[in-house]
Amino acid sequence: MNLQLILLYVSISILILALILIMVRFIKGPSLPDRIISLDLISSALIAILALYSMISGTKSTLEVALVLSLITFLGTMVFANYILEKIKK
Amino acid sequence: MTILEILSLIFILSGSVFMLISAVGLIRLPDFYIRNSASTKAATLGLGLILAGTALFFNQIMVFIEIFAIFLFVFMIAPLAAHIVARAAFKDNIPFWKKTNLVEIAKDMEDFDNDSDQKNS
Repeated sequence: MNLQLILLYVSISILILALILIMVRFIKGPSLPDRIISLDLISSALIAILALYSMISGTKSTLEVALVLSLITFLGTMVFANYILEKIKK
Repeated sequence: MTILEILSLIFILSGSVFMLISAVGLIRLPDFYIRNSASTKAATLGLGLILAGTALFFNQIMVFIEIFAIFLFVFMIAPLAAHIVARAAFKDNIPFWKKTNLVEIAKDMEDFDNDSDQKNS
């Protein structure tokens, strides 16, 4: 267990703490847009965790998962915003 | 440890601290619009630092290309998504914070309504 691995684990635990805080806002969130931005931020934290995991385990293919996740998140955010706009029109 | 690894570790630690700051901002700030601004900026910076640290850590050309693709998507998409969600929330009449100065926004709001009327007709 060298210093490098310890620091990587420390930063992963910081990110998981951030994920817990974001989940609190996701559950509490008074309106739908709050939940949308917390979902966006959850996926950003997950991309960061995947990048750190690829460094710890040494598998570079985990980065491709992060790439696909960043694309799918964009679609999800767009669809939710469109849902709000469509709901107003009615 | 080489100088590259030390640099990548510094990038990664500061990036995860920025992600934590954005999460704290998401909890503490009073209003949807302020939360949106804070979370987008801090999270984009934090994610960018972590991805730069990963690219420096592996130090291979293929990893550089992949990281650059993720960079491009995140940096193109995050401001766009924040703008669109804020626009939808504004049209949905999500309440502002009571200290927000709404005098400047009143004129913009008229233009906004006229614009959407034209689009509907």
